[in-house]
Amino acid sequence: MIEFRDVSVRYPRREVAALVGVSLAAPRGSLTAVVGPNGSGKSTLVRALVGRVPLASGSITVDERPVDDASRRALATQVAVVVQREEPAFPLRVREYAALGRYPHLGLFRAPSHTDRAAVEGALARTGTTHLSDRSVTELSGGEWQRVRLARAVAQGGDAIVLDEPTTFLDVAHEMGVFELLSRLAREGHAVLLVSHQLNLVARFADHIVLLHRGRIAASGAPDEVMQGAILERVYEWPLVVTRDPAIGAPALVPLRAPSRD
Amino acid sequence: MRASRWALIVIVLLIAAVIGVAYGTLRLTPLEVLQGAFGSGTSTQVAVIRQLRLPRVLLAALVGAGLGASGAALQGATRNGLAEPYLLGVSGGAAVGAVIAVALHAPTAVVPLAGLAGALAAVALSLIVARASGGQGDARVVLMAGVVVGAFANAAIMVALAGVDANAVRGALWWMMGSAADASWAQVRALSVYVAVGVAALLALARSIDLLALGEDAAAGMGINVARVTLAVYVAGALLAAGTVAAAGLVGFVGLLVPHLARMAGARTHRTIIGAAALGGAALVVLADLVARVAHPPAELPLGAVTAILGVPFFLSRLRRLA
Repeated sequence: MIEFRDVSVRYPRREVAALVGVSLAAPRGSLTAVVGPNGSGKSTLVRALVGRVPLASGSITVDERPVDDASRRALATQVAVVVQREEPAFPLRVREYAALGRYPHLGLFRAPSHTDRAAVEGALARTGTTHLSDRSVTELSGGEWQRVRLARAVAQGGDAIVLDEPTTFLDVAHEMGVFELLSRLAREGHAVLLVSHQLNLVARFADHIVLLHRGRIAASGAPDEVMQGAILERVYEWPLVVTRDPAIGAPALVPLRAPSRD
Repeated sequence: MRASRWALIVIVLLIAAVIGVAYGTLRLTPLEVLQGAFGSGTSTQVAVIRQLRLPRVLLAALVGAGLGASGAALQGATRNGLAEPYLLGVSGGAAVGAVIAVALHAPTAVVPLAGLAGALAAVALSLIVARASGGQGDARVVLMAGVVVGAFANAAIMVALAGVDANAVRGALWWMMGSAADASWAQVRALSVYVAVGVAALLALARSIDLLALGEDAAAGMGINVARVTLAVYVAGALLAAGTVAAAGLVGFVGLLVPHLARMAGARTHRTIIGAAALGGAALVVLADLVARVAHPPAELPLGAVTAILGVPFFLSRLRRLA
């Protein structure tokens, strides 16, 4: 279980803290989603987890073990992180890229074993990217690249996965594909922590939603508890209604046009 | 990278080395080269091979290996195909140290040491500037700091050379253009230690560099301490560059060019890129030194000028392909 306890983060030379006393948990076997407007601190949560911004207070633990510089490589064998922006500076083949997920297991010099190679092939198969494995990552479409990044995270072989906006730039089919895969990983026992803008998809797939607003938790609970018109309208500062999607009856947000001025 | 490509690089290096020893005022056949290296042949041949050419070729190879490996690692860690060891201010700093030593008429043996001290000081200064600006661990900030330190160093050289006699200026200039002409076994031994330690360190860092090349956040997400690994790559890369500068002056373009050649040959992960760039860099500088010696006898061309003349057309064609 990944657990944030009372986490506060303040970027240097900024007056307002990016996160204030945020507590949340992503247990195994469920999909936990963090949502919120731009600048609400969603990505900062992920950056704090991987040590790119220091905590002003609070703690982050994985299975009760604190996340710090000393434990970070060992943690990478347990928790795979797919950050928001990632672009290989020099071309790699897809299979080579996915194999980077095994590096936390390999250390400095150990050659990849049969287990490592099997993990890579398994990850390519599960994410439906085996047919891409000899292509260069620079030649992939946006949707292919996101799935290949998921393959790398799955190859990492831990039982927790953290993703920051994994469906940006994806069309409906690819977006649904990613959410279905994450949902399957959660059902198979992974702890999935997802940062996303896609409120309506999150409402359908997530077991637990955390809504952030200006670095604080505005609401936290099951999709029905969080997806309420009054709460969302206050947080997003835009008129909207919450309805039910016609297929499965999950809560769905419909933003309204701005009220006319005449 | 395929085994046949590795074999090709090694064969090119060996052929370059044999030709490098064979050519010069005294022409030797490849057989005489091998015999002379093992001590048979006329005493002149043995002396020329053992005292002059062999150390020179070895020194050139070590310079190329150091610059190639250093460039490969720095390009990966900074995610920038234009990065090279000299961009960290190493060249400027080394030149300042050496030029000051020349201007003060210091003994010849002191000049490389002054160059080394200058190079290390410049790297330290770049890293301090980057840290002071809040960009610690940010590759772009460190590169910009290196450019600034290099520009400052150039100004300092001009100031240092303003008041000295023409001979000292000529010596300093020769040194700034690079040369393996004064190679000695002592230099070969010293540089081989630098290159062995530096390349080994970079190979140990290679997997971390693969992850850094994905971006800093992505690398951090895979357990890399970005600031610490970046610093380690800079220090190892700068030591390599500084060692080569102390041995042969400033040999430009090798650190920039050779990693691109290695990637073109099919090297994609940094263990391979660094290894191939070390071997390829060695071959390139041995050949460049050969050109420097035989192109315009009896005068010698500056080694750094030859590598630049070879490097510029290649780079222009690369740029055209990218555009």
